[in-house]
Amino acid sequence: MPRELTQNRIQKIWIPSKDDKPSMPRTCPHLANPPTVIVMVGLPARGKTYISRKLTRYLNWIGIPTKVFNVGEYRREAVKHYSAYDFFKSDNEDAVKIRQQCALAALRDVKNYLTEEEGQVAVFDATNTTRERRDMILEFGAENGFEIFFIESVCDDPNVIACNILEVKVSCPDYQDCNKTDAMDDFKKRIECYRMNYQPLDPDQYDKNLSFIKVIDVGRRFLVNRIQDHIQSRIVYYLMNIHVQPRSIYLCRHGESQQNMQGRLGGDSGLSTRGRKFAGALAEFVEEQNLKDLKVWTSQMRRSIQTAEALNVPYEQWKALNEIDAGLCEEMTYEDVRERFPEEFALRDQDKYYYRYPSGESYQDLVQRVEPVIMEMERQENVLVICHQAVMRCLLAYFLDKSADEMPYLKCPLHTVLKLTPVAYGCKVESISLNVDAVNTHRDRPEEVKRGPSILIRRNSVTPLTSPEPNKKPRMEGLDDPIIREVTPAQLTLLTLRVPKHFRGPLNYRLLMQQENVSHIFWLLASNQTLGLSLGDLLKLTNQMSS
Amino acid sequence: MNVTEDSTEQCGNSLTRELTQNPLKKIWVPSSTNGLPERHISQRKVCMTNCPTLIVTVGLPARGKTYISKKLTRYLNWIDVPTKEFNVGQYRRECVKIYKSFEFFQPDNEEGLKIRKQCALAALNDVRQFLTDEGGQVAVFDATNTTRERRETIIRFAEQNGFKVFFVESVCEDPDVIAENIVQVKLGSPDYIHCNTEEAVADFMKRIKCYENSYQPLDEELDRDLSFIKIIDVGRRYLVNRVQDHIQSRIVYYLMNIHITPRSIYLCRHGESDLNIKGRIGGDSGLSARGKEFAKALRQFIQSQNIRDLKVWTSQMKRTIQTAEALGVPYEQWKALNEIDAGVCEELMYEEIQQRYPQEFALRDQDKYRYRYPKGESYEDLVQRLEPVIMELERQENVLVICHQAVMRCLLAYFLDKTAEELPYLKCTLHTVLKLTPMAYGCKVESVCLNVDAVNTHRDRPSNVDVSRLPEEALLTVPDHH
Repeated sequence: MPRELTQNRIQKIWIPSKDDKPSMPRTCPHLANPPTVIVMVGLPARGKTYISRKLTRYLNWIGIPTKVFNVGEYRREAVKHYSAYDFFKSDNEDAVKIRQQCALAALRDVKNYLTEEEGQVAVFDATNTTRERRDMILEFGAENGFEIFFIESVCDDPNVIACNILEVKVSCPDYQDCNKTDAMDDFKKRIECYRMNYQPLDPDQYDKNLSFIKVIDVGRRFLVNRIQDHIQSRIVYYLMNIHVQPRSIYLCRHGESQQNMQGRLGGDSGLSTRGRKFAGALAEFVEEQNLKDLKVWTSQMRRSIQTAEALNVPYEQWKALNEIDAGLCEEMTYEDVRERFPEEFALRDQDKYYYRYPSGESYQDLVQRVEPVIMEMERQENVLVICHQAVMRCLLAYFLDKSADEMPYLKCPLHTVLKLTPVAYGCKVESISLNVDAVNTHRDRPEEVKRGPSILIRRNSVTPLTSPEPNKKPRMEGLDDPIIREVTPAQLTLLTLRVPKHFRGPLNYRLLMQQENVSHIFWLLASNQTLGLSLGDLLKLTNQMSS
Repeated sequence: MNVTEDSTEQCGNSLTRELTQNPLKKIWVPSSTNGLPERHISQRKVCMTNCPTLIVTVGLPARGKTYISKKLTRYLNWIDVPTKEFNVGQYRRECVKIYKSFEFFQPDNEEGLKIRKQCALAALNDVRQFLTDEGGQVAVFDATNTTRERRETIIRFAEQNGFKVFFVESVCEDPDVIAENIVQVKLGSPDYIHCNTEEAVADFMKRIKCYENSYQPLDEELDRDLSFIKIIDVGRRYLVNRVQDHIQSRIVYYLMNIHITPRSIYLCRHGESDLNIKGRIGGDSGLSARGKEFAKALRQFIQSQNIRDLKVWTSQMKRTIQTAEALGVPYEQWKALNEIDAGVCEELMYEEIQQRYPQEFALRDQDKYRYRYPKGESYEDLVQRLEPVIMELERQENVLVICHQAVMRCLLAYFLDKTAEELPYLKCTLHTVLKLTPMAYGCKVESVCLNVDAVNTHRDRPSNVDVSRLPEEALLTVPDHH
């Protein structure tokens, strides 16, 4: 007998009930695959960690729980004081043992993540330059029923490598007490230690049955072998679209609309007088920024197109950038919704990410809808996106690695432009208010709604998660160094700094700390070298910020 | 700020162009200085190439070049990128009506060489016309193009005309695959109409030999500055070099997802719903008694087909999920498969739409593919929404898709290469399963009626589509309902 269907009230999904108890809806097709381990391959300073983190951020955002396991961090945990490249020489037996143990510890955590913690993809970020090591990982995958997909980064351009070393390696904790030149020299010797035993993936013979992508010369060329499933195909497509050219992405909402002024949701009204003023101010701002080949994208809604029209430059309209569809609640005020659909109003507060408006959309739906926009943004260089509150929150969550829980409450005020500039492993954010008054459309999470992990967060669901911190709790016998707390670059990316509006010049945290009266928020997502601070200082700063 | 007089004039807020909404597509269009709405098409083709693209196949005969060309052309047209394939072999057959034997292709056959060169030039000439005068965006130049010299000619041609070039090379050494290809598509070719199978295969193998000696595959070093994808062993491996833009990236993604493993795709609509019976469009009602009967019949049909690893997909609407529930197998829900959103017309009868929105009703009949319901969607929107479903259908093997009338029309149009004009009128009857099986360059369709009665929901285009038509004229083709 067919089971009866009941509609889940938050997601508006039809769920068959078994014994009158609704079972979990299967909302996300084609991902019911075995968990995947993505294994990085390549010499040091080939961008493996960059790819790992970026891919992890993307996969989490599209709702596939993913985590990076960086073996280097396990090693730094195990051996606190890095002395020199000798450690990486293949004849340094003690060190080889330690490194092997670190890899094993990381794999143990990978297994735990994929089998116990509902992880779907684990990114195993290490050099993995020998066949012996890769065979060991393949065996590990076979034992546990994990699919293995290799990503090899091959690059022989000395400029790219030097650039990479300067950007992320010199500032790494290993070289805390070194000057830049010494660090550079040491790191280059470290690369040589690996080069001697490096066995690249061989598509013709030894590795012809493996699934992998070889990324050659930072995306100039790709070799793709034996894609097995949907997720691998998406990963390949993503990797083929990202680039490392310096550029900035500008996000803003349309100018204030007539319905904004009336406090109404959605609709397709035109700009208010102040909205038009903002459009004019935006035109000036864009001109001042003096951007090379700026692309301007709008939604297909009147208010965003009117805003773009004032810029006097060509622009492209995306239906995918239209505001969240509030269904039956379109053009109502919050008071109207509370009055006419009290239950809906309460449900939305309970779980704003999953909540789908009756005959409308949820933030979850929106993420799926704007995914092609993200893909194209990755391909492009300078882009200005004139969009809408909910859409901007989705885009911002991708760039800043925000979870599904935070996403619907990100602050995206009217008449403020966010400038996002990719740096190292993250993204720098500058918030620029164009000083044109507008109504506030942000509704905070109500206090009374109890927080906590949503029961709806589950395997195979489309739930963007903040990329989890790389594991750094090696369980190793025989290495009795006490574990010290230290700040990883990833933790630093979560640092929120408040800085004055027209802040220019190199960052000085002492100056920042003196600024009490701050009206503009400046998130700085960067690894420590971008701040030019020592690790100790950063730790202090983090403590001050959180207290 | 340093601005010219010209731009000052346009910069002022009061002089910002006014927006008017296109009544058919519901798109905001700025009026140009003469007060007329500007042409809008260029803005809607989001991030497609700003210059046309010439796709050039490379490879020995029987490597699936024509298969790839046709399939890619079909996909690009479906996603609304005007594309046409130019098969040099067809030009040759036009020119030399009677094919004698492989000797025509021998490298020392001067007469043959001359004719083939002329055919290539004639095809390129047509490419130029298509891309510059006929609004074409992508031309697929389907020929062997096995020599570097020939490829350089094409690159020069493209440079002169401002086209981007993207090479698609198919490399395959597996004799079984090649033999299968010859049997599947070459024996049916007009060249071998008067031959028996063995003769034809033998001749074709010799034809391949004619090309082998001079074949210069795309080279990682020598051709490092070209944009190309090399497809190795029918998709086992790919080499992708220098992808230049959005369209090339989409092409690469598509080519990496298609496969040639034999399989069937089953398309059907949900069982008849309560709103179907009432003649109301859209909504989210459950199945009628007959709809439930269809769901059971579908279960029997599926069992009788005895399909290996069948995937079942539904939309997120109650009527498709109810239909899938009856099958007793796991299924997956896609929001992308939901029925077209009729906006303000949801749950209305055609009579009511005519009564409340006569103009909308007429506009829809004028251009059903591009017409967008107020606060709803158009077929054009639907195709965009369904693109990820098509991509995943290409990746999968046996799949049953339980969907909706408009959605099924879009999917069917992709598989059967129907135009935007035909698409919204394709017949997708309730309680009928379409079985699609890829064959050679196309798709075989079997229509299987499960013999459970249902209302007719197909409304043909009435002859009068003018806004001023009478209600009777507008309602002439409305199917019967309660």
